[in-house]
Amino acid sequence: MAKTPEGYIGELRSTRAWRSVFRGGIGANNLRRSMAVQQNVFLHLASVKIRRKSLAFRATWFLGTLSLGTFLILVVTGILLMLYYHPSVPQAYADMKDLRFVVSAGVFLRNLHRWSAHAMVFLVFAHMFKVFYRGAYRSPREFNWVIGVILLLLTLLLSYTGYLLPWDQLAFWAITVGSNLMSAVPVVGQKIRFLMLGGNTVNANALLRFYVLHCVILPLAAAFFLMIHFWRIRKDGGLYTGGSDSHE
Amino acid sequence: MDKLSEGTNRREAFVKLGIGAVCAAGVGAAAFGYEFLSPNVLYEPSPVAIAGRPDQYPVGSVTQDLKAGIYIVHSADGFYSLSATCTHLGCLTKWNADLSIIACPCHGSKFNERGVKIDGPAPRPLPWLKVWLSDDGDLLVDRSTPIPPGQFLRT
Repeated sequence: MAKTPEGYIGELRSTRAWRSVFRGGIGANNLRRSMAVQQNVFLHLASVKIRRKSLAFRATWFLGTLSLGTFLILVVTGILLMLYYHPSVPQAYADMKDLRFVVSAGVFLRNLHRWSAHAMVFLVFAHMFKVFYRGAYRSPREFNWVIGVILLLLTLLLSYTGYLLPWDQLAFWAITVGSNLMSAVPVVGQKIRFLMLGGNTVNANALLRFYVLHCVILPLAAAFFLMIHFWRIRKDGGLYTGGSDSHE
Repeated sequence: MDKLSEGTNRREAFVKLGIGAVCAAGVGAAAFGYEFLSPNVLYEPSPVAIAGRPDQYPVGSVTQDLKAGIYIVHSADGFYSLSATCTHLGCLTKWNADLSIIACPCHGSKFNERGVKIDGPAPRPLPWLKVWLSDDGDLLVDRSTPIPPGQFLRT
């Protein structure tokens, strides 16, 4: 008897190796299906069941998912850009030029990173407006709104720290102006600026600090809060579908 | 009963001790973190800029030193130096000889050749900087030492 593709997949799923990795695996009944979600560290952040309504375009305009999509593009392209970038003065500017004119596909990756960064800021704002005007931030989702505000701040900080890395005139003066805005904070303003730049002027220390913030600290913080953000969607009863949550 | 209450007190004491230790460690970590993040040595340019021989600046001239971020002005009253860093948000200003103004490209602040603000968002006039002659007869400007306006160096 000829086997169908489903037959092969079913056979694969029943092997000992598959079962050792995916534990219960996918099955034909609801219990097995929900176990497949619950017992997977990545999938368990999401609900076992969701309303058909919440998958419709009009419910979310997919803005949150699109924000996550740009974030993932930024992580992948960012890691690749790091392979050709030295955060030192004046090498950083030359490396940026090399990425544009010398490295194969460098200009594509750099522009993909740049445009995705712009898109992410836009999408995160759009996502928040959508949530706000639908009233989806209300109980029981207040805390997830707070997490969302933290994620907005992290997005803006990522955007700001990434601005300095090309080490061109635009970068230099933008960070000069931005760090002087910081020193307007009463009493501790000058101190904050000094710690942020690692000196009194935008210089090698500032470039290195912004690089570490941009490539390590802020992305890790964003990933941490994203995890809580997605888990809370499930815990707060799934995506907000308008009016009453009680009926489908 | 006595034993139980004694045990509870001991547990509470340990909890307090633990909280105290965590607080002390937190304060210590914050202090260490602050010290670590503040560089003890800075490899920044010296605040004292050498502006060269005074006779290269004709009377009535305003000369910008782009690298040092200062103006050397030789007025009828004598020499003085202005910081070229805008007091608004730190951009580098530029001397416009045609209009006889110092203009900032970032947010449009304008100053006259004495550093007094004419227009724009700058909150303060451009600071006057300490100028003196070295033993070799070169003009020196200390960019870290602002002085009250109206002090001229006569050579």
